[in-house]
Amino acid sequence: MAIALILVVVVVGSIMFHVLSPWWWTPIASNWGYIDDTLIITFWITGVVFTLVILFMAYCVLRFRHKEGRKAAYEPENNKLEWALTIVTGLGVAAMLAPGLIVWAQFVSVPDEATEIEVLAQQWSWNFRLPGADGKLGLSDNRLIDADNPLGVNRSDAAGQDDIIIEADDLHLPIGKPVKVLLRSADVLHDFYVPEFRAKMDMLPGMVTYFWFTPTRTGEFEILCAELCGVGHPHMRGFVVIDTEEDYQEWLQEQSTFAQLSSPTKLSAAARLEE
Amino acid sequence: MADATPQAVDNIPPAEVPEVELYHPKSWWTKYVFSQDAKVIAIQYSGTAIAIGLVALVLSWLIRLQLGFPGTFDFITPEAYYQFITMHGMIMVVYLLTALFLGGFGNYLIPLMVGARDMVFPYVNMLSFWVYLLAVLVLVASFFAPGGPTGAGWTLYPPQAITSGTPGGQQAGILLMLASLMLFIVGFTMGGLNYVVTVLQARTRGMTLMRMPLTVWGIFTATVMALLAFPALFVACVMMLFDRLLGTSFFMPALVEFGEQLEYGGGSPILFQHLFWFFGHPEVYIVALPAFGIVSDLISTHARKNIFGYRMMVWAIVGIGALSFIVWAHHMYVSGMDPYFGFFFATTTLIIAVPTAIKVYNWVLTLWRGDIHLSLPMLFAIGFIVTFVNGGLTGLFLGNVVVDVPLSDTMFVVAHFHMVMGVAPIMVIFGAIYHWYPKMTGRMLNEAMGQFHFWVTFVGAYAIFFPMHYVGLVGVPRRYHELGDATFVTDSLHSLNAFISVAALIVGFAQVVFMFNLFWSLRYGKESGGNPWRATTLEWQTPETPPIHGNFGKDLPIVYRWAYDYSVPDAPDDYLAQNDPWPQKAPASEAAS
Repeated sequence: MAIALILVVVVVGSIMFHVLSPWWWTPIASNWGYIDDTLIITFWITGVVFTLVILFMAYCVLRFRHKEGRKAAYEPENNKLEWALTIVTGLGVAAMLAPGLIVWAQFVSVPDEATEIEVLAQQWSWNFRLPGADGKLGLSDNRLIDADNPLGVNRSDAAGQDDIIIEADDLHLPIGKPVKVLLRSADVLHDFYVPEFRAKMDMLPGMVTYFWFTPTRTGEFEILCAELCGVGHPHMRGFVVIDTEEDYQEWLQEQSTFAQLSSPTKLSAAARLEE
Repeated sequence: MADATPQAVDNIPPAEVPEVELYHPKSWWTKYVFSQDAKVIAIQYSGTAIAIGLVALVLSWLIRLQLGFPGTFDFITPEAYYQFITMHGMIMVVYLLTALFLGGFGNYLIPLMVGARDMVFPYVNMLSFWVYLLAVLVLVASFFAPGGPTGAGWTLYPPQAITSGTPGGQQAGILLMLASLMLFIVGFTMGGLNYVVTVLQARTRGMTLMRMPLTVWGIFTATVMALLAFPALFVACVMMLFDRLLGTSFFMPALVEFGEQLEYGGGSPILFQHLFWFFGHPEVYIVALPAFGIVSDLISTHARKNIFGYRMMVWAIVGIGALSFIVWAHHMYVSGMDPYFGFFFATTTLIIAVPTAIKVYNWVLTLWRGDIHLSLPMLFAIGFIVTFVNGGLTGLFLGNVVVDVPLSDTMFVVAHFHMVMGVAPIMVIFGAIYHWYPKMTGRMLNEAMGQFHFWVTFVGAYAIFFPMHYVGLVGVPRRYHELGDATFVTDSLHSLNAFISVAALIVGFAQVVFMFNLFWSLRYGKESGGNPWRATTLEWQTPETPPIHGNFGKDLPIVYRWAYDYSVPDAPDDYLAQNDPWPQKAPASEAAS
């Protein structure tokens, strides 16, 4: 009795928790609403299966519980029933997999007009690079990283000279424009994770990984690291600020290019000589 | 169908090889310590696994204390927290679950259930345990090493595992971990070859493969998988040791650590992940398949009904075992591997849900029209089905590549794998211990303590891990020793975390009662007799309980039927043991024994 009751409580309690509890995902701020939709489909299908299986089990426990004189049925196999259940399960799985793969096809197809930007993670902070007027990011390499060149931009690549460098500060992006985020790491694994964008991807030294998204909402969104990267892992934070086009341009004017950041060192050295 | 009906064998195949004389112990030492008896080795394996499992249990309390009440416990530094989660994970997956299911239950049950006198290589079997014990001691030693154990997470991803930003990365911690894993694999291989050869070569007459209890099928398939999967982990350990000690760059690209260029270049961190998960995903099923097998036998015995769809169950076990080798990269959807792999691995992963679902249906359909005895093993079996269905279904979220993207590396993943490969298999372990303890000791475990243990564990574990999915859905990443500020970090989230922690402490306490029961019943438990559950399989038909060295009497049992002849129409009793020739008469030699 008690076990049948608790099975019903588990099912009803789980559903009520799902519907009534205040814990739900953050309001979305990117184009990946499709991901949320697929998640909802999955919640429905799995929720129905869970409810049916557990309630059926509760019924069995209640109905076929041992009593004096009860004898179990003897039925080793039932091909019809087994195949019917297999096919129904196959259909249920297909109903989750098909939309999932369709959305994944979009996830891996970066639109041609997407702007490439770069994120460089290191223990335990975030740096960013935006293409300059030429719309192209210059070459970079971890072996070129030093105090004056924290992102390891290749000095001999002309395309890199006008790149905007943002070191351990907020990243700004304009609303409504697709972005291809190129991900690099200077040291260990990290993962660029903004819950509101839904998308995330690991960052590895020696490789450039990527994902793309289109911001759909202005505001300030926190970047977290989602791949264990040592003791500072939870403290590795940053912000992406999604601006209107005007605000973005205004912010962009205040940023420095790689060339500008490289020359002050010479300037200040010259200034020191004069003194 | 021939094997699935109560039809007796007409001609019993002759014994193919003469019996080999067992090495009988001559002293206390060779009987109880350096024993070659699989049953003693099983108890040694189980005792060691449970002992190190208790360490993991205490670590889980410390983890939950930190997550539920951040900032309250000064001794849980970030370094200590990462060491706790790493050791908790590795101990539970490898040193407890794998060792207990294969080394513990495998050793005890395989020879008894297939009607063999012992494992085929008893001496190697003994060595297997001692190497395993050494592996555990090396692992424990890392707690006392300078710098403490590694804090790299149980996945040990490089470069982080061997760099200085991680506890134990540049000290002894990671070295001891890798050495311990390699020892474990060596020890396991010795035992694993034994289990496989025993199942294939040492079955008694009449015990065809399709008459084996599903317990043996589960353990056998899991062992074959482990023999194929563990070498991948072994080479990964060797390569990482070389990277750390000899300066090779298998997994290490050029990298800059805190502003300093390290002397590595050209290696691939993602290569390690492929090797790790080529082991790691089959590992999930190495734990799950023995649990599937055992729970099938528990349900059938305690519902007095044949397992529904036996042949389908066998093929599902074998099919899951095979498929589990081509799904590993679903752990790596956001690892940075070519995203086009996602199509393939999402498809294979969701296909594996079909045989898995069939197993669930067949368990529940075995209950249907049964004669359900709500004994402790049955209660735990029901608890297993609930937690396994729950955890299996959330696997469909994480296996479906695009749904995995927002959930990957969050607490949703932690909740999922604890439910499906933590709570569910452990429910089976408990059920199995309540079921077979009488055979191992001749006494029943105390019922009142068992009831308390079941209810607190089942309800409590569900209360821990079901809400934890929503912590992840909200956005909380895993492996955060404190949440800090974020938009989704609310007061209500903190209270939910505190609730989970309190539930975890209570569930932990129930395990102490269980441990006490194990010792208490050894002395004061009700005497069980040889077959208290009126079960069909051969281990319950031994002349002595507990079985002595050599298991069976003068003659090995002859098997006439499958393992699930419960409630056979017209049979004299509600079960027919596998060596019961009904409706024929037993041959003279059988009747004598």
